[in-house]
Order: sequence, then structure tokens, then C-alpha cells
Amino acid sequence: MHNQSPSKRIHNFDEVPLGYTKDQALLEASRCLDCKNPLCVPACPVAVQIPEFIKAIKEEDMEKGYKIIYQDNVLPSICGRVCPQEKQCEGACILGKKHSPIAIGALERYVGDFGLSSQQEITITDNHQKIAIVGSGPAGLSNAYSMRKLGYNVTIYEALHDFGGVLQYGIPEFRLPKAIVKQEIDKLKTLGVHFEKNSVIGKTITIDQLFNEKDNQAIFIGSGAGLPRALNVPGENFSGVYYANEFLTRVNLMKSNDFPHHTTPIKVGNNVAVIGGGNVAMDAARTAKRLGAKNVFILYRRDMTSLPARKEEISHAEEEGIDFRLLLNPVAFKGNNYIVNQVVCETMKLGEKDASGRHRPIGTKTYQTIDIDSAIVSIGQSPNPILSRTTKQLETDQWGRIVTHDYQTSIPGVFAGGDVVSGAATVILAMGAGKDASIYMNQYIQEKRS
Amino acid sequence: MAKIIHKEALNHTTDLIEIEAQEIAKNYQPGQFVIVRANQYAERIPLTVVKTTKKTITLIVQKVGYSTKEIGHLTIGDDVLDVVGPLGNAIEIHDIKHVLAVAGGVGAAPLYPQLYAYHQKGITITLVLGAKSDSYLILEDAFKAICDHIYITTDDGSKGLKGFVTDQIKALLDENTYDHAIAIGPLVMMKHVVALNKKHQLHTDVSLNPIMIDGTGMCGNCRVTIGNETYFACIDGPDFLGDNVDFDELIARQNYYQDEEHICRLKLVNEDE
Repeated sequence: MHNQSPSKRIHNFDEVPLGYTKDQALLEASRCLDCKNPLCVPACPVAVQIPEFIKAIKEEDMEKGYKIIYQDNVLPSICGRVCPQEKQCEGACILGKKHSPIAIGALERYVGDFGLSSQQEITITDNHQKIAIVGSGPAGLSNAYSMRKLGYNVTIYEALHDFGGVLQYGIPEFRLPKAIVKQEIDKLKTLGVHFEKNSVIGKTITIDQLFNEKDNQAIFIGSGAGLPRALNVPGENFSGVYYANEFLTRVNLMKSNDFPHHTTPIKVGNNVAVIGGGNVAMDAARTAKRLGAKNVFILYRRDMTSLPARKEEISHAEEEGIDFRLLLNPVAFKGNNYIVNQVVCETMKLGEKDASGRHRPIGTKTYQTIDIDSAIVSIGQSPNPILSRTTKQLETDQWGRIVTHDYQTSIPGVFAGGDVVSGAATVILAMGAGKDASIYMNQYIQEKRS
Repeated sequence: MAKIIHKEALNHTTDLIEIEAQEIAKNYQPGQFVIVRANQYAERIPLTVVKTTKKTITLIVQKVGYSTKEIGHLTIGDDVLDVVGPLGNAIEIHDIKHVLAVAGGVGAAPLYPQLYAYHQKGITITLVLGAKSDSYLILEDAFKAICDHIYITTDDGSKGLKGFVTDQIKALLDENTYDHAIAIGPLVMMKHVVALNKKHQLHTDVSLNPIMIDGTGMCGNCRVTIGNETYFACIDGPDFLGDNVDFDELIARQNYYQDEEHICRLKLVNEDE
């Protein structure tokens, strides 16, 4: 797939990969072996019938291809863009053993984009039973779709003023255009799913009120992992030190890249340190570059091969001139009048492998200081505590994650899935959880009624 | 969207607006706030809920910045695009006999629901109400109905004692003792009141109103250092025991976007022309 050139794209927020043309899609689809026992399907968290939809592309019947994907995946245009395919479908593709695997993500994106403008022909028989969903991110949207298809009257409650959760506030425009998020969500609206914005469940409406006053039969919590994790080093609260959540929300949700037309400001200065090595760190670094930062450093405490980010994101970042400074662990921020101007890092070396299978970084007691204008802390997120603090009976673990058994929480009729249960993971795993949870929710409601 | 059903000017920079928000009103407890976005280009800003009826909430807005001025441009019948809440925690009403309350400027607005709660518990209230000048004083009559003693200070002496609230507090602390204090106003005022009260072994609650985006614990912009711990004003506050709050750091965080604020205000001047 062609990309926007690095020299051009660092000055805009337009999407980087340009997507397949029809000819490219046909050519790529023609490589699919249409395996009898495909390895790609079980590797997909929502079990998209991959060989089937690729066959439809070969037949040049994109409408059919779209219908096949949409049966299992409510957000094909989004997943085609942000899924870690190399660890899932493409990683399992038999062709990948000798050659390169089928570019399943790119094909899904092609078909998904084709379907964005087409009408839904899903027949739904209303069963007039209400369910509520907390959070309009990937888990909630996927759960809504599955429950709606079963006939439920579904309402999604969102805390922010726009829908999509992390798809809206977290993932940047150049990786996932917000117009696509909106179109995917609009399709769910046409299926009859209700959306309520500005509704913080636990505050605006409690779980009890959702049951007793709003007459819901079951509730699905998909509120994600929105609480930033702190480094806990001196100077972390200086101005100019952002958590990635704040930094990305200012740009993605509040459109501060369009300041002052949109009036939420942001400033990065010339030298920006991004701390962390995951996808969110790559998003933050590339966003800082586009906001005009001259030098953007990724500070990561392990080596290049240990970076948890997707390979594609790392190579896009490298192409855009992001400077990877490895084996460095920030130990303090320095500042002038409470505004950050330096980060002090300890040089690390790699030791034995730890529980995660990666080499453990060990401090060497040697330090270096880097001049910076701002820093973006991007070392992970935990679940938001509002629901657990305001819903006393809701059991959580020591990391604040909701404890579930078959998606059922400690409160009867309340189910949960996605990052709020697993800790920060991927869009598609959250969607898988939302989809699977619907089976147990439906079972619960039907048993209760019989 | 939330319709404005009542609006009045409390003085030339401060408006009171009452908006329809039934769900927020239903779950509201004193001390909580809402986040408001006036239109699709606007910032999200936190505003304390001053009082509620069954179907409405009342906010007091001091039109000092670009975003608050934008809200000030809305009139009765207009919709506020986004209002979300009630956010933050309810205040803790201490089980005491006599509270010393201090309000600076528009800080009188968030103080009102707190003192109302103290009043309902039958606790004696001494209030020091400070402002730049007579015309900046708000809610004086409302406070008169619930406070036992009121002392007014103005910077220019146009009403009450000429000077800062701390001048009045010094005099009061020399003569009286109080069980607890609450101070709400500009950060620099709260800083000085807390420091003064500490000398008299008087603990002071403060209400913080830092820059926020989501108001639900997601962004971390509103963080505040207390002792050596970090708290988020949105989900851990907005009220804290002020004794160990790092006010200097908060003042720096509050002023971080001053240049950008200026750019927006220039835009407003151009629009007004």
C-alpha cells in the first residue's frame, strides 16, 4: 500500500496509508489460497470469515464482501486500519511461512470503506427489552451491535461529547480519520441503537438507576482504560509534562491542532521527549512532530527489539524523523518556575528475562540530562475509577480492573469487557469481548424471564 | 444540549445562569461541578453548581477568559451545547460548632452551597467576603440569610474594610477561635489564607478549579501536588484540605496557556468589532 511521503505528512494530519485502489485489491486478493482449514479465522478475535470475504473481492462483488465482514465485525474500516494484523490474521496466514502473508488488513480496509456509504439490510425483530452500555468505545459498540441484532433496545452512554471512546480521543486522525469513526457509528444508529452523550455512569446516572429507573434488564460496562499511569518521579507535575491522554485528547477530541479556530490550546516547543515505547507513545511522538516540534525523542528503557508498538507504527515514526533514544529511564524532570526544561535519565542495560519474556532493564547509576520544552508520559493506562468508587458492590482487582467470570461482574446483570477488565489492550480484543459478552447477557436475560 | 431558562448579571463581569439539566440536578450533591462546552469550537471548562431545582442547575460564570466570555454571550432560550455532570465529590461537612469561611471574588459562588450545607446543620458561620471593589461583590444577600457574622473587605475600600481578606482574618483570629476554615477564591488568596490559618493551628478546606478537559480522571491536566502525593482535582476533589497543597505549582499550571488565552481574546475583540 502506498503511503503519504514522510516529508509531506509531517506537516499535516491526513491519513498516512493511502489505501488500495481496486486493481491493487484484486491483485492482492488473487494471492489468497482459500485454505480449507484457514488459520487466519481462528486468529481473529471476532472470527471474521476472511477467505470468504477475499473470495468476494476476487469475484469483484464488494457488496457481498462487506456483508461477510459485517456479520462478525461492526467496525471493518476501523479494524482494517488499527488492528495488529501481524500478530493475528496475517501472522497466522500460511503464505507468511515462505513469502509475505496476504495483506488482510488492507483488504478489510478496502472493503470496509466501500461499505461505509452502503445501506444496511439487517432485519431486526424487536424484543422490547432494554439494555444499557457504559462507554461508546470498541467494546461497547461491538456489544451494542450483537445485542441489537438479538432484538434488544440498546442505549450506549458516553461520558464525552463525541462517540467512539479511544477511537475518538486516543487514536490520531492520521492513523484513523474521525470521519470514518463517525460513519461507522452512524451505521449503528441506523440499526436503531440509541446514543447518549455527556453521561458519566456512576455520576449522571448510577448503575442502580439504570436498572430501577431506566428499566434495563442488563448492563454492559466497556468503559476502557482511561486513567493515565504515572512515572512517580520528581517534577512530573511541572507544566509542560503531559500524560499522553491529555496530549492526545487535546488534539484528537478538542482539535487543538486547529487552534485558535478551535479554542483549546496546546504547546509542544522545539524539543519533545515522549516516554514509553507502545502504540500510544508512537501516536504522541508523531502528533508532536505534526504540531511543529523540531526534535522528538522516544525515551525507552529497553532496546529497539523490545518496543511493544506495532512494527508499522515504529517504521512510520522512524520515517518521520522520530529519534529513538533507547535504554534510558527518566528519573526526574527539572524546571524553571514550575515549567519543565530538562529530563534526567538513567542509562539502563538489559538483564535476565522477566515474567513478560522480555529482558529486564537494570539501572547503571550513570545519568544524562536532555534539554526539553515538553514531555509526554506514555507508559500505560489503568481503568477509570469512577464506576468502582460509586458502585460499592462492583468488585475490582488491585489494578482497578473489574473482576469478571464469563463477562459477569460481582453484580448480577452487570457484565463487563474490554480494557476495563483486561487492562489496556487493543481495539479488536475489546470488540471480541463485547461480542462474546452478548451471548452471556442474552442468556442471563432470557433465563431471568423464563 | 441544555437550554438557558434564566440569566441575570450579578455585576459587570459575572453572570448567573440557570439551565435545564434534570439528570444532573437529580444526583447533585453540594461541592460538585459540571463541565460545559459552549459550542463546537469551544473548550471544556469546569463550573461549580451553585444550586439546583428539580429540573435545573444554576451556575455562576465570571467572564474573564475567552471560554467564559463565550458562555456570557449566550442568552435566555439559547442552548449550551454540552453540559456534563455532576462531577467530583460531595463536600464533607465537618461536625463542628463554628466555621470560618472566606470567599474571594467569584469564589463566593462555589462557597455558597457549602455554607448552605453548614447552615442546615446548625453550625455557626463567620464569613469574610472579599472582592476587588464593591461592584465585584456577589451573593451578599444570599449569604446574609445563612451566615451569623459577615465581614466585607475590598481592595479599594469601596465597601467594608480596605484591604485583603487576610487583613480581616488576622483581626478575627486574634480575638476568636474557630474549629475549621474553608477558603475559596483565587489561588493566591487561598495560598495566603491557608498559610495564615496554619499559624493559628486552624485547618482550611479549599476548592480547586484547575484546567480540566474531560473531568472524569482521564487526562490528568488537573493534577495537584499535596504533600508528596499527586491528586486529580476532578475525581479526588475538587475540595481538599488545603494545608499541604502546593499552590505555587498550581498557579504555574493555571497560567501555562496565558499566551494562547491572549490569542483567543484578540479573536474575540475582532469578532466584536
